[in-house]
Amino acid sequence: MAVKIRVENYSFYFGAKPVLKNINLAINAKEIFSIIGPAHSGKTTLLRSINRMNDGAENSRRQGLIYLDGRDIHTFEKDVLRRRVGMIFATPVSLPGTIFNNVAYGPKLKGIKSRGKLRELVEKSLRAAYLWDEVKDRLSDLALRLSGGQQQRLCIARALAVEPEVLMMDEPCSGLDPISMAKIETALRQLKNEYTIILVTNNTKQAARIADWIAFFLSGELIELGTPEMLFTKPKDKRTDDYIAGRIG
Amino acid sequence: MTMITLLVLFFIIIFVVSKGIRVVNSEFLFGLPERMGKEGGILPTIIGTIYLTVLAIIIATPLGVGSAIYLTEYTKENIFTKIIRFGADCLAGIPSIIFGLFGFILFVIKFGLGWSIISGGLTLAFMILPTIIRTSEEAIRAVPLSYREVSTALGGSKWQTISQVVLPNAVPGILTGVILSIGRCIAETACVIFTAGSSLRIPTSLFDSSRTMAVHFYILTREGISMERAYGTAVILIISIILVNFLAYWIMYRFIRRKGGHGG
Repeated sequence: MAVKIRVENYSFYFGAKPVLKNINLAINAKEIFSIIGPAHSGKTTLLRSINRMNDGAENSRRQGLIYLDGRDIHTFEKDVLRRRVGMIFATPVSLPGTIFNNVAYGPKLKGIKSRGKLRELVEKSLRAAYLWDEVKDRLSDLALRLSGGQQQRLCIARALAVEPEVLMMDEPCSGLDPISMAKIETALRQLKNEYTIILVTNNTKQAARIADWIAFFLSGELIELGTPEMLFTKPKDKRTDDYIAGRIG
Repeated sequence: MTMITLLVLFFIIIFVVSKGIRVVNSEFLFGLPERMGKEGGILPTIIGTIYLTVLAIIIATPLGVGSAIYLTEYTKENIFTKIIRFGADCLAGIPSIIFGLFGFILFVIKFGLGWSIISGGLTLAFMILPTIIRTSEEAIRAVPLSYREVSTALGGSKWQTISQVVLPNAVPGILTGVILSIGRCIAETACVIFTAGSSLRIPTSLFDSSRTMAVHFYILTREGISMERAYGTAVILIISIILVNFLAYWIMYRFIRRKGGHGG
């Protein structure tokens, strides 16, 4: 299995405070890599480091390296990197405007102008995000009129429309009802055939259901890394066991 | 308290309209003034007001919005931005007659532009600049950070994010500032009397002197030419300001509906 992203001895500081401490991990292509852990364990910071959204954050400092396909991410132009590594945020943020324009936003930034090509990308992305059937007749409706679950799938479609290779999701199901969550999980299972997925979640059951690999983070440290089976049945570290059993976090 | 505000507004409108409405007719609106404005219409002053206001807005809006973008998006909060902001606030508090005097010395005399629409427009632009900067700044700041993050995460450059996401969502707020400024330009007297002069001919170029409605009103009253016609001019002045305000609400309403909330 090819390694898509490799994180080597990576630390990140806000001021003097380390938010990530010497992280080492490898993420395989076309798998779902899930990061679990309580709040403030550095999960989001790691995601934002991978697409360099933390660059230039005030009073911050980093150590160590992150590679995408074996190439240091800091040697990429930021926009090129971000088109290859898409990100979906915890709260679905649909931009004001229509459903179509939301999905077409990224491709337009890339300079795609042809209406036909845009339509094709929008349809393909909405299908991949399992939203097409619900919105195909009202693409020119305002995106803000969609339900929370639909908006999150719209955000996934919007990220897919720039044709990334890696899809990072930061707790995409927090605040969603079980049905919406199930729809997103179905979408993710399909998407991993084509994309590498990094899924930050505080729902350990979700990680167990769909992840190929799970990394458990606590206070900026990578405590344990393994398949769901390894982590859930015979965790090596007591803290992993405690977290999964709901005793911490 | 709200009722008092409304009452004062209605009192002023009724007072002015009752005194001036008799002279308002199509000849007054579209006719040329005769005998210094004692007779005839006020067409040149309407045209002058429009020219000056449009020119001031054309100059001040890009400058003001540009400054606001710079202040909010391209600088970190530091002593320099504080000084700029403090300067803008001070500028907003300067009496318009000082602007008039400044414009007179700089544009009319120093640059040799004479009493002209261009001198008046530039002076008015300076006067409304702080309003446009501050309202645009507020509007830009009110665009949620999450919108910017979405755009950058999709590979948008800083400028793409500003022009595609931030500015379109700040338009209602920016427009508010622009329209407030239009109102101030229409009503301004002191600023333009020194810079655009008070010629009663219809201006044909930017370098012609021109008289605005407000200045016309002032001169008619001050020189005791015709109180009735002064009030007639005031009626038109008030109506145009009310129209501009209605227009503002209409545009904002349209915009917010089309975009689906946020901002404004």
